[in-house]
Amino acid sequence: MTGAVDETPRVRTLLLEADGWPGHRAGQHLDVRLTAEDGYQAERSYSIASAPGEPLAITIERLEDGEVSPYLVDEARDGDTFEVRGPIGGYFVWEDDGRPVFLVGGGSGVVPLMSMIRSSSESTPIRLLYSSRTLEDVIYRQELDARAGDRVEVFHTLTREQPPGWAGYARRIDAEMLREVAWPSAEQPHVFVCGSTRFVDVAADGLVALGYEPLSIRTERFGATGG
Amino acid sequence: MADDRRLDGNAIGGMMLELFGVEMTTATEVCRTCGTADVVARLEVYMDAPGTVVRCAHCKAVLMRIVRGPDRTWLDLSGFRSIELRSPD
Repeated sequence: MTGAVDETPRVRTLLLEADGWPGHRAGQHLDVRLTAEDGYQAERSYSIASAPGEPLAITIERLEDGEVSPYLVDEARDGDTFEVRGPIGGYFVWEDDGRPVFLVGGGSGVVPLMSMIRSSSESTPIRLLYSSRTLEDVIYRQELDARAGDRVEVFHTLTREQPPGWAGYARRIDAEMLREVAWPSAEQPHVFVCGSTRFVDVAADGLVALGYEPLSIRTERFGATGG
Repeated sequence: MADDRRLDGNAIGGMMLELFGVEMTTATEVCRTCGTADVVARLEVYMDAPGTVVRCAHCKAVLMRIVRGPDRTWLDLSGFRSIELRSPD
């Protein structure tokens, strides 16, 4: 571990230097394995946040009952070492071919999507629909604000609490929201959806109802417990 | 069934990479029970038990069970008719 960035009160990005790391593709994850003094091992998967070619970074949300994430978010310091395995995944992976990209993220599900945004070419249109509980919980908020413009459009929804004057969405993701934000399916955008199981199921079902081909929707679900 | 327990095949990508030696989330499998072909990433995965259970997303049949110990892995693949592995690059 070579550095860290506090993203929100519960989320931290760790910069890693991994011996023999072969490089990754946007959307992939890695496994972190921690070994206790008595030999007990715990292993968890974390999405890679950095663009390919940039210093390796993972972003971790602290799960209160977790075995691994509390250590990584609250205790790990520069110079600490732990085992990583990866890069992992070939399905939830994006290759920039210039076609529009529709990204749908819930909570820390935005992490692999951020790797895609960070690695996208200057001409690839991207829309991100990003659901968070509160404004304080929005990961990469400043960077997303800075990147948002004509090419990268960012649509936030805050499900639990909204600041005064909030102009974004203020409810859980639903079919209506997807219809307002997504490109028409005829434009054949790449689609990546990442979040909790419930979130991904709602988003994928909503996109299918809009006419998206089910096999064109790339999904990745993560657990709400156990991290 | 509590829905939040259900993950997908992306979650076992690391374990499968270690067991099979190649990227497996894009491998195509055929379910022995219903005959549906799908990629591993789209299968239903439960990891909150002592072992990992993988089910067909269509008929819900158990395809694979994985139990890991400190020095061995027990692998039951009896729910698959076939798995197509890509040769390493």
